[in-house]
Amino acid sequence: MNKIIRKEFLNKSVCKMIVEAPFVANKAKAGQFIIIRALSDSERIPLIISDFNKEEHTISIIFDIDGKSTFELSKLSENDYICDLVGPLGTPSKIDESKNILFVVDGITCATALPIIKMFKEQGANIDILAEFKDKENIILESELSKLSDSISIITKDEDCEDIFDKLEKILSSKNSYDKVMTMGSLEMMKNVCDITKKYNIHTIVSMNSIMVDGTGMCGSCRVTVGGETKFACVEGPEFDGHLIDFDEAINRLSMYTKDRKREDKCNLLNKEVE
Amino acid sequence: MPNMQLKKNPMPSQPVEVRINNFNEVDLGYTLDMAISEAQRCLNCKTRPCVSACPVNVDIPDFIAEVANGNIEKAYEILSKKTRLPAVCGRVCPQEIQCEGKCVRGIKGESVGIGRLERFVADWHRKNFGVKEEKIESNGKKVAVIGAGPTGITCAGELAKKGYDVTIYEALHIAGGILVYGIPEFCLPNDVVEYEINKLKAIGVKIETNMVIGKVLTIDDLFDMGYQAVYIGNGSAVPNFMGIPGENLNGVYSANEYLMRVNMMQAYLQNSKTPIRKSKNVAVVGGGNVAMDAARCAVRMGVEKVYIVYRRGMEELPSRLEEIKHAQEEGIVFKTLTNPVEVISNENGEVKAIKCVEMMLGEPDESGRRRPIVKENSEFIIDVDTVIMAIGTSASKLVTGTTEGLETNKKGLIITNGKDGLTTREAVYAGGDAVTGPATVILAMGAGKNAANAIDKMLQEK
Repeated sequence: MNKIIRKEFLNKSVCKMIVEAPFVANKAKAGQFIIIRALSDSERIPLIISDFNKEEHTISIIFDIDGKSTFELSKLSENDYICDLVGPLGTPSKIDESKNILFVVDGITCATALPIIKMFKEQGANIDILAEFKDKENIILESELSKLSDSISIITKDEDCEDIFDKLEKILSSKNSYDKVMTMGSLEMMKNVCDITKKYNIHTIVSMNSIMVDGTGMCGSCRVTVGGETKFACVEGPEFDGHLIDFDEAINRLSMYTKDRKREDKCNLLNKEVE
Repeated sequence: MPNMQLKKNPMPSQPVEVRINNFNEVDLGYTLDMAISEAQRCLNCKTRPCVSACPVNVDIPDFIAEVANGNIEKAYEILSKKTRLPAVCGRVCPQEIQCEGKCVRGIKGESVGIGRLERFVADWHRKNFGVKEEKIESNGKKVAVIGAGPTGITCAGELAKKGYDVTIYEALHIAGGILVYGIPEFCLPNDVVEYEINKLKAIGVKIETNMVIGKVLTIDDLFDMGYQAVYIGNGSAVPNFMGIPGENLNGVYSANEYLMRVNMMQAYLQNSKTPIRKSKNVAVVGGGNVAMDAARCAVRMGVEKVYIVYRRGMEELPSRLEEIKHAQEEGIVFKTLTNPVEVISNENGEVKAIKCVEMMLGEPDESGRRRPIVKENSEFIIDVDTVIMAIGTSASKLVTGTTEGLETNKKGLIITNGKDGLTTREAVYAGGDAVTGPATVILAMGAGKNAANAIDKMLQEK
């Protein structure tokens, strides 16, 4: 049982929670995740650790309310307890000598990138961020990201005529001095980013989102093909070399239960409560 | 006068047509009269071959003699001297190759139903006595156990009885290990396991769930926290896949995933929030207990046709006989001497069929079993929309990869000194599947018990 210390909404559907989790906070590193069950009959879902504070024994999670499990979690209030929380899981983000890094992120995944950006910034790397949001109202973490980066470009899908990929092309064709690109977002978005960075021959790291049950390597639900080999994203990931990922397979695997999810999306009750 | 009937008293069980529609336990257990009558079949022979064939050497004729006299609680006391989980062992042990396999009555007719009697006695005690708190004088020494499965439970229980302050660290949100995430409710009801866990707590064992050792704490951290010995019983739970084309299609599960979704996450309940594929035809690849469990779960999930695909013959199936019998009764089709070579996709990236080859058996291999050989030009297709791979598991590196000086063999299994379970690290012991690779509950329990004795001896000498 882990107590929710603070809860706030970053936009209409994105919720941030600071949760008491002393053991997790003590060991967590950038790029790792936890598995949560909000209630005793909830599903186990993976969520990236977006911040951790050893001294205060807390971690932060930022999540989009996009289904039943995150909805249940979002209904918990400050001082409530999360039924189960386990972590830190996964392999931490690899620290390397990169001096110039471009982060390409999309909506909620700014929260995924946040601790990694922080880690590289502390190392003295130059950080540029390219972020895309649905519209102005949906922009999250703008001040945090601006503070940590040397330059940031924000694109909103409704206002800007160029999309994130056009912008990426433009950036890379004018300034190609990046040691690596790190991209976090939907699988489709990361696939496109990788296609572009491949042309410019820039090493690209992606953070895979997969379906998981236990998160410790027991179920194999999260398996992903990397360079022709099957890997478990929960243990060996979530970060991989984006140019080696079989994205079409990964996209297909993530859709495994979409038939069920579609039913959920249509659920008026759920939508009403989210609004 | 012993009861000389040649056959075991039959086990009352749910009729097939009823049980395939529910997850309730298939076998209903003996009544007191049946148990006494079955116990009277034991000759109480001098040689006691059953005892030496039991991995934990339960005093089988002694407990059976008490059942025959109607002293069930006395029988329970005798059982509990040697086994901590009689209700579990009575249900899931492969008795036919252990105690019952050596029973003198089995020479002419059927052996005594030792497993059924063990189960009866344990269930009787559970129903009539419940859990009693017990205050054991503490010796002030702390031991950490990694994994709340059969081996960890046994080791923790033995140590707690001796006065140690024991904490079990469990990675999942629920204690019990394979007994709760893997073995289905209809073979081993969860309340049986829960009772055993509560018994552990009643003698002072602490259980910390959601603690993945190797991630949240390392073995070195545990020593820093004041534990004087560590027992590793985290199993070998990384599922193996075959490495054939199409294995990452939607609709290919590891048996672990399928069983975890159905059992631990209770996808079999109408209102469960955990999704599971709505399958029509399922092929389960493998022939062990886990394969049978997955196949029988699939039947109960409403699957129309379930196949067991196994590369050797019926004779070689490694599963418990009782499970095979139950599976056959439940309409599962055994495609033996058959090996998958490819999983075939439909236009949506989902399983449409499985391509197999026929096999024949050659000379025995190093495991002593006859080696399966592919018959040329024997490819054929089985139409299925779901494939469940139940072809064994490998060791996880979570603990071994984060503990310096803890040596493993080339399979990643922890190396120990044999009986004691002492690893290559001082005061670190290991047992169960983490050492042996996938094996039985009873062997894991035996290892836990031996290690507990060794830990006790080591800490007393310290």
